Amino acid sequence: MQLKRLFIDKINGFWMITSLVTILCLPLIIGIGLYLKAEPLFGQQSFMSLVFSSQWAPSKGEFGFWPFIAGSLYVTLLSFLFTAPVCLLAAIYLTQFSSKQLIRIMHPVIDVLAGLPSVIYGVWGILIIVPFVSDFVAPFFGTTSSGYSILAGGIVLAVMCIPYILNMLIEVFNTVPSGLKEASLSMGATKWESVKHVVIRGNYPGIISAYGLGIAKAFGETIAVMMVVGNVVKVTANPLHAGYPLPALIANNYGEMLSIPMYDAALMFAAFLLLVIILAFNLIFRYLIHKTKRQ
Amino acid sequence: MSLQEPGIMTQPATLPETGEKKVTPILRVQHLNVHAGSNHILKDVNLEIPRNRITVLLGPSGCGKTTLLKCMNKLTDLYRELNVSGNIFIENDNILHTTTNIPGIRQKMGLLSQRPYPLPVSIYKNVAYGLKLKGVRDKRLIGFSVEKHLREVGLWEEVKNRLNAPATSLSIGQQQRLCLARGLAVKPSIILADEPTSALDPISSKIIEDLFKDMKKHYTIILVTHVLRQAMRLADHVIFMYDGEIIEQGSPEELFNNPQTDKLRAYLVDGN
Repeated sequence: MQLKRLFIDKINGFWMITSLVTILCLPLIIGIGLYLKAEPLFGQQSFMSLVFSSQWAPSKGEFGFWPFIAGSLYVTLLSFLFTAPVCLLAAIYLTQFSSKQLIRIMHPVIDVLAGLPSVIYGVWGILIIVPFVSDFVAPFFGTTSSGYSILAGGIVLAVMCIPYILNMLIEVFNTVPSGLKEASLSMGATKWESVKHVVIRGNYPGIISAYGLGIAKAFGETIAVMMVVGNVVKVTANPLHAGYPLPALIANNYGEMLSIPMYDAALMFAAFLLLVIILAFNLIFRYLIHKTKRQ
Repeated sequence: MSLQEPGIMTQPATLPETGEKKVTPILRVQHLNVHAGSNHILKDVNLEIPRNRITVLLGPSGCGKTTLLKCMNKLTDLYRELNVSGNIFIENDNILHTTTNIPGIRQKMGLLSQRPYPLPVSIYKNVAYGLKLKGVRDKRLIGFSVEKHLREVGLWEEVKNRLNAPATSLSIGQQQRLCLARGLAVKPSIILADEPTSALDPISSKIIEDLFKDMKKHYTIILVTHVLRQAMRLADHVIFMYDGEIIEQGSPEELFNNPQTDKLRAYLVDGN
């Protein structure tokens, strides 16, 4: 009897570790798979030239990924700039100032935003944001734009990221004990001073995690961005011009990847780059969280 | 002297006397009622808090002691569901009906809560926080004040070599003394202590109690407790509450030796 119990104990321990190791190995297996598929490309071009060259002519065998990497980073940066302050202020208002009823109303709104398929955001972007950019934003700056632009991609992405960042920020701010806020107020702080010193400063690690999650989500988002961003291979600093992010490159071309030599390896390399950049983002945010936690 | 109408309380609020001179009240509460929906939390509370004394609000859990304390520094404003009416005078300001300079009113009172809530910054910055809010920028003055108040609560020797360590690295008893020092730094005249020793070990509790005995020279202390022995050790003036009402108030000798009501008599028997 005793032996059987010990045996079951050992067996269950084994299964738990096996499950965990499988999950831990998944990114590694995907990464290695993508790398092996992309490897033929390395015989043709150096890694640096693949990443930093802007020459993109698959039929001539020229694969420079910089326009796609820059496009992805630009769209992600814009979306982050739009969404980060809005989410922070909204989360502070919801958790610190608003009535409980408003929070009860907001939760389903956030869930609906999070649950909408990205193609709906894409259609909304084409119908609303693209004309808005071409008819209002571009003329405002004295220029013209088709509307299919990095700016449009950034706006659509920003809206898509809101539910993720907002939800996590609300969770983070709800963990602040009311006693701490009362302590700050009782020392003569105004409500805003208490929010600044207690709610925001005390939660840097949580705020950074929320933003990290949002950025990772934005960087990998494919369909909605692809629908509004223009998909033109070119490096530009002007957000009113079209761009071509990495995920859009893969999604647009995987159907014809076997028709051009090395094209399949190039698309696999694009996927590998995505994986590596997302991993790098993750490491940077882990480091920031660790650093703010120590303070 | 007393502004209370006769017949409202079971026993008139008499303040302790020192020699021939009667102690002037620093805080007066008149006809204070607090409702939360249909729940009547405080029922026509009338009392006076004597200056430079320890006044103990005694009563079982849930009798409204903490709510009464929160009315005094307007933390009740944070709870929309609470409906507060009546008057609370500090010196001669009716604070309950003031909407301007609420931070200024709160700075007249230091709050010590049931659990210590150090701010998520260093030990030094915790004590400096109140001064920063007051707009003090002079680093020397802040440093002087931090040392003075940490000494006042007997914490200086224990933390002087790690002032920049996070406040959360202190033991819970030290944290509570830090919170007291932090409250003293804004120069309050009243200390509101809401069961400040309930989360502490007996040694830390005794340190806090001893501090209170010393501090009453300079501050008026209002101590909420349900621990009868603590009330007996510290109180100069006792207010016994039950179910949102003040049942009896007076000197500890009067209340503890000669209780007038059954409720207090039962509490004294059970508490001992």
